[in-house]
Amino acid sequence: MSDEYEHKLEAKSDYTTDASSVSAPEIDSVPEAELPDQELYHSHSWWTTYVFSQDAKYIGIQYALTAVGTGLLGLVLSWLMRIQLAFPGLGWLDPAAYYQFVTMHGMIMVVYLLTALFLGGFGNLLIPLMCGARDMAFPYVNMLSYWAFVVAVVVLLASFFVPGGPTGAGWTLYPPQAITAGTPGSDMGIILMLVSLILFVAGFTMGGLNYIITVLQLRARGMTLMRLPLTIWGIFTATVLAMFAFPALLVGCLMMTLDSLLGTSFFMPAMVSLGETLTHEGGSPILFQHLFWFFGHPEVYIVALPAFGIVSDLLSVHSRKTIFGYRMMVWAIVGIGALSFFVWAHHMYVSGMNPWFGFFFATTTLIIAVPTAIKVYNWILTLWRGNIQLSLPMLFSLGFIVTFLNGGLTGLFLGNVTVDVPLSDTYFVVAHFHMVMGIAPILVIFGAIYHWYPLITGRMMNETLGKIHFWITFIGSYAIYFPMHYQGFVGVPRRYFEIYDSPYIDTSTLLLNKFITIAVLIVGAAQLLFLYNLITSARLGKKSEKNPWKANSLEWQTPQMPPEHGNWGKELPKVYRWPYDFSVPGAKEDYIPQNQPPSEIIGAKVEKT
Amino acid sequence: MIVALSIFLITVGSIAFHFWSPWWWTEVASNWGNMDDTIILTFWITGIVFVAICFFVSYCVWKFSYKKERRAEYKPEDKKLESRLTWATAIGVAALLAPGLVVWNQYVTVPDNAYKVEVFAYQWGWKYRLPGEDNILGKTDIKYISDDNPFGLILEDANGKDDLLVDAQELHLLIDRPVKFELRTIDVLHNFYVPQFRGKMDMVPGIVTYYWLTPTRTGDFEVLCAEYCGSGHYAMRGRVIVDEERDYKKWEAKQITFEKMLAKNKKNDNLQLVKKDK
Repeated sequence: MSDEYEHKLEAKSDYTTDASSVSAPEIDSVPEAELPDQELYHSHSWWTTYVFSQDAKYIGIQYALTAVGTGLLGLVLSWLMRIQLAFPGLGWLDPAAYYQFVTMHGMIMVVYLLTALFLGGFGNLLIPLMCGARDMAFPYVNMLSYWAFVVAVVVLLASFFVPGGPTGAGWTLYPPQAITAGTPGSDMGIILMLVSLILFVAGFTMGGLNYIITVLQLRARGMTLMRLPLTIWGIFTATVLAMFAFPALLVGCLMMTLDSLLGTSFFMPAMVSLGETLTHEGGSPILFQHLFWFFGHPEVYIVALPAFGIVSDLLSVHSRKTIFGYRMMVWAIVGIGALSFFVWAHHMYVSGMNPWFGFFFATTTLIIAVPTAIKVYNWILTLWRGNIQLSLPMLFSLGFIVTFLNGGLTGLFLGNVTVDVPLSDTYFVVAHFHMVMGIAPILVIFGAIYHWYPLITGRMMNETLGKIHFWITFIGSYAIYFPMHYQGFVGVPRRYFEIYDSPYIDTSTLLLNKFITIAVLIVGAAQLLFLYNLITSARLGKKSEKNPWKANSLEWQTPQMPPEHGNWGKELPKVYRWPYDFSVPGAKEDYIPQNQPPSEIIGAKVEKT
Repeated sequence: MIVALSIFLITVGSIAFHFWSPWWWTEVASNWGNMDDTIILTFWITGIVFVAICFFVSYCVWKFSYKKERRAEYKPEDKKLESRLTWATAIGVAALLAPGLVVWNQYVTVPDNAYKVEVFAYQWGWKYRLPGEDNILGKTDIKYISDDNPFGLILEDANGKDDLLVDAQELHLLIDRPVKFELRTIDVLHNFYVPQFRGKMDMVPGIVTYYWLTPTRTGDFEVLCAEYCGSGHYAMRGRVIVDEERDYKKWEAKQITFEKMLAKNKKNDNLQLVKKDK
């Protein structure tokens, strides 16, 4: 395939920069449009403009605000949990409430915040703009996708108000306990959780089809796949993963709903629950775990790949340097995505599945470390001999590199089956996944918000507040999760409401718990500062110039900023290069936008892309 | 400058924390010290990578910070460097994986002479069953569980008659004798975990899972449930005591067989009734 591809690539970028003898129209040629220009839906009323909007930009912001609002609840829940862990003497939570908060915190953060924000939020905002399209391929379906998400969130939150409260089954929802009496919220709570997830998957599928088809079909003339910004590659690949992974979650949820409501036995073996023999028989609890993690592990990359993509772009723009090894980066994203479907049972080394699986899954898991490491090398090699601007997006990107590196390397502990045995189900695991899929992607999200805020509002966010926010968030969260690994070494098990009279845990470990909780409260409070900045800057922020970061990608090249409905005015952009032509020797500026024709940069020694 | 310095200090601080913080694993009490060795190996390899990359980033941020007149280097790719880094990583990863798989092979291969102990988990507590004189654990079925037959032993299976039933949340093990834990739960998932033993395995209703170890030092250890099992999860703890032979025999002698328990409960006739039916 690659040969044919290279050939096409050459044909499409058939120009040379120092060909002074060739006339401008000739070297500026781009392929003919294959599709007629998109017909857009134009809203007529306030309702269809701001509420039931079909404009991807608005939908992206709607998705983002809903996700962040839900995420704030997750943040507050984490405060409550941490206070209980550090100061059990206060006695303000009972075990049931503690486990309910743990569960809701986990599910909210992974699915309703991170997935929705990266794909629904950034996906909607950036895909049409970066690809040079007017909107998503199916704006109406896109709107439905958002509203299905809203309903999913409402159903999820409704579970706080039903008898028995929300489910306390842990975010992994393992049966049998998820639907038996010993777990809080095992009647109504779990059903609402499952229904909410089903709605989320349905909504997400509508959005996901849109993202995939828009990237494949609606790119501007000249925008080959190998000229797409890595942000789009990350979001695109993550969406493809989601399309394959979410169905496993969907059937898992459906089957558990049936087990709970109709008394089927997909996941339920014969068992005695609190002295009472249940009528279930013959089901397999491990089957659910396979389904869950067949979704759950790709889910990690559904969150991570967009973060990888976005951070690549932020690093490149803010160090004024070409992303290092673009093609390797693309193939690493695709490779990680494909491999992520062959590693799921590394979450199950000690689950009671056939232990011989351990050999296979440890091997595949450690293989996935290779493309991941390549990405890290390429990020840091992008910094090498760059011209690094320590803007807010760059600060957060650097924070991401440190935390992702740390969390990725501890993944090598847990992925290696033997090392996992003593560490699994301890705080080492909690520390690992918060570092790698909590803090790291969230730092990217912050960097991305500071970066693209002017594109949305036309104003810059306050830099001083942003810096305070960065330092507290970065140092604070490192202080939370780095020491937490060592609690795991001691052997402190996760999901313990309290542990303090255990003979093998000395008091210093408890002291560490208090330290972590105080750090959590401070880091959480710093997010309020961010929210304040986010809200006030929309009105009071410094007016942004067009393309304030001097970036190359198309979203900054719209005729108006912020872009209007339809993004591109009368004529769609034409693309002549990839988005990473920074500091090209011989060029006047240190950046060359993707839509700048070769005839305008005669003399620049650009490599063919 | 501040940014570069911070990244540098975070790295140095992490190393210092690793070596000088008081939090480290408990002294191992089983043959699985080699799990600790694999962790140490992983620490060295990943630690070197962590320090190298963080120092590199710190250096770049210090050295290449923005100057208006300077231009960044224009170098989109370096195939040689990329492939070298890829291979170096692959080798590092293989160095981690190989010893891990060797130890895992030991972990899942139970020695033939291992003494079998059934660990019986329920919401929320532990019971134990020892095979008795015949060294064979009797068969069980969840549907026979009752007040008189708390382990659900199948009465027709003669192997179960001499099984010792330990209903005291406390298990004794003999030092230096390999033991295979046959893990059984009657309700939800649990996990039999003693931090000092390092081993772990979920217990799944409907199947019997297992792992094995050899206790290597005497002592009194806490058992924790390591798989979330509902509101009482955090309180599901027990004790394991590793004894020298004399103390162990003393404890073993005090345990009651299934047959004796039935007799004590005057259910011996029950046993005969079942036999007659056949």
